[in-house]
Amino acid sequence: MKPRHKKFAAIAAGVAGLGLAVGLVLTAFQQNLVFFFSPSQVAAKEAPVGRSFRIGGLVESGSVKREPDGVTVHFVVTDTAHRLPVEFRGPLPDLFKEGKGVVAQGKLTESGLFMATEVLAKHDENYMPPEAAEALKNAKPKQPQQSTATLAASGKETGR
Amino acid sequence: MQSPAGRPDSPRTRFSWTYFASPATFYPLAGKMIPWFAAAAALLCAAGIYVGLLVAPTDATQGDSYRIIFIHVGAAWMSMFLYVVMAFWSAVGLAWNTRLASMMASALAPTGALFTFLALWTGALWGKPTWGTWWVWDARLTSELILLFLYIGFMALQAAIDDPRRADRAGAVLAIVGVINVPIIYFSVQWWNTLHQGSSISMTRAPSMATTMVVGMLLVALGFWMYSIAAVLSRARSIMLERERRTDWVTSEVKKQAAA
Repeated sequence: MKPRHKKFAAIAAGVAGLGLAVGLVLTAFQQNLVFFFSPSQVAAKEAPVGRSFRIGGLVESGSVKREPDGVTVHFVVTDTAHRLPVEFRGPLPDLFKEGKGVVAQGKLTESGLFMATEVLAKHDENYMPPEAAEALKNAKPKQPQQSTATLAASGKETGR
Repeated sequence: MQSPAGRPDSPRTRFSWTYFASPATFYPLAGKMIPWFAAAAALLCAAGIYVGLLVAPTDATQGDSYRIIFIHVGAAWMSMFLYVVMAFWSAVGLAWNTRLASMMASALAPTGALFTFLALWTGALWGKPTWGTWWVWDARLTSELILLFLYIGFMALQAAIDDPRRADRAGAVLAIVGVINVPIIYFSVQWWNTLHQGSSISMTRAPSMATTMVVGMLLVALGFWMYSIAAVLSRARSIMLERERRTDWVTSEVKKQAAA
């Protein structure tokens, strides 16, 4: 074997090894690449049972209730097709608001209540001055600002 | 590549694309271009930061914390774009065995890594006040972190091999394989559920942000572009001098600079 051939073989082996590694990693990630499940997926029993996972959707308007102890919060996550009640103890992010996007990590109990250990706010890619947001709100009253179509679409795509 | 003197059609009579593919001719050209790109970078970044911090309105949802977007998006764009450019020059160097193409790839890596780090860092600073966390392992953030590892891996691999031509080839293979990651980063927010929001600016529809915000973002991105060109060219010049130190043109260049 000439040195040139050896070098070529080493490069080919390296590329093949790397390609295999990328393929394996992506296959292993296939499950974990889904950052959150929508309430519809939870209703369809697609979410893992007995272990911690994340749910994502909109905080239903009028659903946020604080317990008298001051730290426990109840709210409902919805993707407009299905609803999922959530209980959480702890500080909520500043952007947590009714009608806005949310991602919560936790476990589903037998009774269908989602016990969250962490709540994150998911904001959308629309940026506008407060006056424009106000005008939009007046034009379409009681419409959640985060487009539910986006959420529904991303929920559909995870079904693949 | 061939030296211009050895070509039948001299570049003085006919423009040749390969004329500047030789370090001896590219070195002085790069030296002349750097100050212009550096000046454009400073002007565009200053204008973009001015528009972003003082002219653009606050965001209805996030208040002023969204303003990190003016650094974050430009840095993230550059981190992906520079990787594609690096892989392109690596492929040219591998296929045609041209010295200058491989030198350009080596010169691009540190700037690309810098912008990747900047994108990750500003993203963490933005994530804490808005999402409520510095870091999550969602597809967008994870693939951008892999991009940083690819840049670092490219530089480490080249530094570990003593023979520069072998280092070029090994790095080129890594760079070309890693280019798969760039579309994964870009489309991650469409392909999978992520905490990271979708793109505000895309080729297919109008930007979903106020016009002054777009202007500020694009000015900074353009400034980063100019900075990258200036930084990469100046790094490429150092690599050229170092690698070609035994050639006549470097000797005469050094003599010229010593006399000046």
